[in-house]
Amino acid sequence: MNNNLIQYIYGIADNSLILGQRLGELCGHGPSIETDIALTNISLDLLGQTRSYFQYVAKLQGNGANEDTVAFLRLEREYKNVLLVEQPNTDFGYSITRQFLFDVFHLALLEELQKSKDEMLAAIAKKSIKEVLYHTRFSSDWIKRLGDGTEESHNRIQTAINDLWIFTDELFHQTDADKAMIAEGIGVDVTLLKINYYKKVSSILEEATLQTPSIEYFQKGGKQGVHSEHMGFILTELQYMQRTYPNMTW
Amino acid sequence: MKNWPLWEVFIRSKNGLEHRHCGSLHASDATMALENARDVYTRRMEGVSIWVVPSAQITATNPENNGETFEPAMDKAYRHPTFYELPDELKHM
Repeated sequence: MNNNLIQYIYGIADNSLILGQRLGELCGHGPSIETDIALTNISLDLLGQTRSYFQYVAKLQGNGANEDTVAFLRLEREYKNVLLVEQPNTDFGYSITRQFLFDVFHLALLEELQKSKDEMLAAIAKKSIKEVLYHTRFSSDWIKRLGDGTEESHNRIQTAINDLWIFTDELFHQTDADKAMIAEGIGVDVTLLKINYYKKVSSILEEATLQTPSIEYFQKGGKQGVHSEHMGFILTELQYMQRTYPNMTW
Repeated sequence: MKNWPLWEVFIRSKNGLEHRHCGSLHASDATMALENARDVYTRRMEGVSIWVVPSAQITATNPENNGETFEPAMDKAYRHPTFYELPDELKHM
């Protein structure tokens, strides 16, 4: 049961870790100083949430584990984030679309996780939800601005949506750890979030004068640890310090 | 984004105090200016309320006229209410 709980937490926390890392890459490279700060604020929110989850995992693991060993010393296959969050910052449109497609899901997940029988997970969800409410507002606003902006912004954001759409279905796949935790009253049944997710996403896309893609083929694998080619590069950068100088601290 | 207008940001640090000017930023409209102000100026719990004003809407004194504008007040100390005893309970004067 402990291992299922740990795997379940990875399934949630690794999304925040990898997306936080991706957004962190934009530090100093945002399109304007204001959006640069906004995106790195979101990154810090996500990494803060990750710390809470990983401190809990480290406690469950025992044996001298701490939040750093959990974050930095796993192998690629042991990270259970969805493929969506590891997709690159191709341009501002892709960064915003990735954020938007994740935020709408993240908010719905945390709303349910607040009701978890696991008090620690319920408390982390409750604390994170205000941050994620803001993330959702921020990314939805930008989807509308870019979609309903100029011809160029419209075309570029539509391209990003079409490209990233194939990663949305994986958000609603159930893992073995999910099933075990749902049975315990701890986990959220993500399959139940799917209909509302696509409804909400479509209504914002419509408001943004954008097309909801009608793609039937979806990518999956991240939840099982089978990642895209980008993941190795992310981990190389993320893990560099701890791999090069083991146990180093600030 | 180069063409975004400039906005002045005013933040109230807690209820009961006045909004204070804390800086400026670029945004395409008022909604974005508020969001940007939140991200740029209230990351360290600086505020409970934000105002944004288009910088172009502010009419300012001309520094070239500082002489006639401000200097006449410099030698009129009697205009300061320093000759009154203020009760201890009175804060923020």
